[in-house]
Amino acid sequence: MSDLIEPLPSSPNGHAGGDVASEELVGHGHFVTHFDEPSLDYGVTETKITETTLEEMRSIAARYPQARSALLPMLHLVQSIEGRVTPAGIEACAEILGLTAADVSGVATFYTMYKRRPVGEYHVGVCTTALCAIMGGDEVYAKLQDHLGIGNDETTADGKITLEHVECNAACDFAPVIMVNWEFFDNTTPEKAIELVDQLRAGVEVQSTRGARVCTWKEAERVLAGFPDERADEGPTAAGPSLLGLRIASEHGWRAPDPEHATDRPDEGDR
Amino acid sequence: MTDPLTPVLTANWADERAWKLSNYERRGGYDALRSALQMDPAEVVTLVKDSGLRGRGGAGFPTGMKWSFIPQDNPKPKYLVVNADESEPGTCKDIPLMMASPHTLVEGVIISAYAIRANHAFIYVRGEVLHVVRRLQQAVREAYSAGYAGHNILGTGYDLEVIVHAGAGAYICGEETALLDSLEGRRGQPRLRPPFPAIAGLYASPTVINNVESISSVPSIVANGADWFSSMGTEKSKGMTIYSLSGHVANPGQFEAPLGITLRQLLDLAGGIREGHQLKFWTPGGSSTPMLTDAHLDVPLDYEAIASVKSMLGTKALQCFDETTSVVRTVLRWTEFYKHESCGKCTPCREGTWWLVQILKRMEAGRGQHGDIEKLLDLCDNILGRSFCALGDGATSPITSAIQYFRDEFEAAMHTPAWEMFPYERSTIFVREPAGA
Repeated sequence: MSDLIEPLPSSPNGHAGGDVASEELVGHGHFVTHFDEPSLDYGVTETKITETTLEEMRSIAARYPQARSALLPMLHLVQSIEGRVTPAGIEACAEILGLTAADVSGVATFYTMYKRRPVGEYHVGVCTTALCAIMGGDEVYAKLQDHLGIGNDETTADGKITLEHVECNAACDFAPVIMVNWEFFDNTTPEKAIELVDQLRAGVEVQSTRGARVCTWKEAERVLAGFPDERADEGPTAAGPSLLGLRIASEHGWRAPDPEHATDRPDEGDR
Repeated sequence: MTDPLTPVLTANWADERAWKLSNYERRGGYDALRSALQMDPAEVVTLVKDSGLRGRGGAGFPTGMKWSFIPQDNPKPKYLVVNADESEPGTCKDIPLMMASPHTLVEGVIISAYAIRANHAFIYVRGEVLHVVRRLQQAVREAYSAGYAGHNILGTGYDLEVIVHAGAGAYICGEETALLDSLEGRRGQPRLRPPFPAIAGLYASPTVINNVESISSVPSIVANGADWFSSMGTEKSKGMTIYSLSGHVANPGQFEAPLGITLRQLLDLAGGIREGHQLKFWTPGGSSTPMLTDAHLDVPLDYEAIASVKSMLGTKALQCFDETTSVVRTVLRWTEFYKHESCGKCTPCREGTWWLVQILKRMEAGRGQHGDIEKLLDLCDNILGRSFCALGDGATSPITSAIQYFRDEFEAAMHTPAWEMFPYERSTIFVREPAGA
């Protein structure tokens, strides 16, 4: 048993996976895991939730055949107002849905997008799941940590950037990938990543490599709660790798069969 | 003979503003909905059954058959839920589809809901893709305005509410019963089956859950016929599908082809493995599908042929890794993913993935211990088939397959760190050393 918890040398590229920071040895033979993370800080009593917020919460609940289905979007709305999930937000959701605060808290602590500490204006998520990590995500993440001087799930002192390593974000053909407030920044490098966060900190408007101009994290949370902004028409239809097969097909004149001749079944048993 | 590539779902991705309703309609969009509404719902189910469409989310279950399991004599409301929680490592097809052409999905949703006689449909999309959520929200709004959704659709008397629902970051919600719990406002943890969702799904009512690509294939089947669809593909794996090529490939990307194309053919189109390198291992359908090697380049990428080499077609997420890549490191990182994403419900998965990571971490550091390989296999044996859902099973696939094909690297992990055998910088896209240095 004791040999299993022997501290290991860290890999040269700043291994970013898992809950490395929270898995350091504490005392003898005890790991701190994500199950041990603090729950909400119930010492926080201030709130920006107003009657308008409560009205919006009720309107979300009214979208669903059963109101409890609204809980996830309602928590997104809480974050859009509070900058995280707060005790007051939990209480508001519980009251509107007729749940206990413990029920709501149990849900809020299950999902990684719900944050228990204040999030900066820009949430920068570096994908470090296997493929992105290997293609350079580990190095990007390590360089950003150095450059910003913060660790995982921490925020710069100016409140601008929260850095986190995230799991696969379904953009593997654009690896390595960074998400800023859940917008894609594809085919990144350490240099590009540093330039990006510097621009964000300087207040320069940046645009996703295949999406919209980046809004604030709170504004993004509001869209996820089901209150659209006006940015759906920004950005291209598709970009680069998404179009590769289509481009090759069009160069060769390849297409799906003509429905008129489909019954000929020319390739039956072709395999 | 069908062409090597057959763009249907991807056909409008190069169009200017393809996400707008007017541009979708210009290509014949929503004509299939009009046709479907002229049919009896049961006829639509039969049509999809006859096409041979199988679920594109990983399991490959026949879509029409799933629909036919909905008990129409059950007095409860029926629900359609689209699984748009794409997050299996390597999988990246549904996101560009919904971003480029959300109406393809929305039209499919309306036809499919009509077929199973549902008056509510939900698109459960992962929350971490903001722009996709925007485009879906807008497409649904446009569909309502045009009379394709809402009350009395196109004057037929059919009503359907379509709700775009953003998740909050949990891979497990791609598992259909966990998705249902999440959609009910709970922690996303899988349910015991039976009862299956077709009998007691959302709100304990009959529910069909389908992947984005499956539902998006429905309009083309209605428009062109079951024979057209089944004229593509192989005997038991019909139709066109989207293959996602990623990793150490000269030109990664999305390729829509008939089922049964091979990785060799796809790599030829993609310019091969990046210059100066060779393929070492790959996944046919995401990290949960056992890895394969260059010995499997000519295996047809269909459900049966991939199963015959002890893997799974999964989501057709072809992650390719070249000879610079450490298998031990890669497997560790996938295992960390499963550990992080395990919902905690079942002990073998919750605890087992944790122990797997501990052992793999020391192996990456070259400090593997005598018996570690056997211990990994024993742990996998105790996880596989012993949890509610497939997450635990999926966690074992990379490990057992990697040990099968690359046991020597795990042996070497007893004494040499992975980063010494495979300097990590050489695997990156911004490698500065010349190849083979």
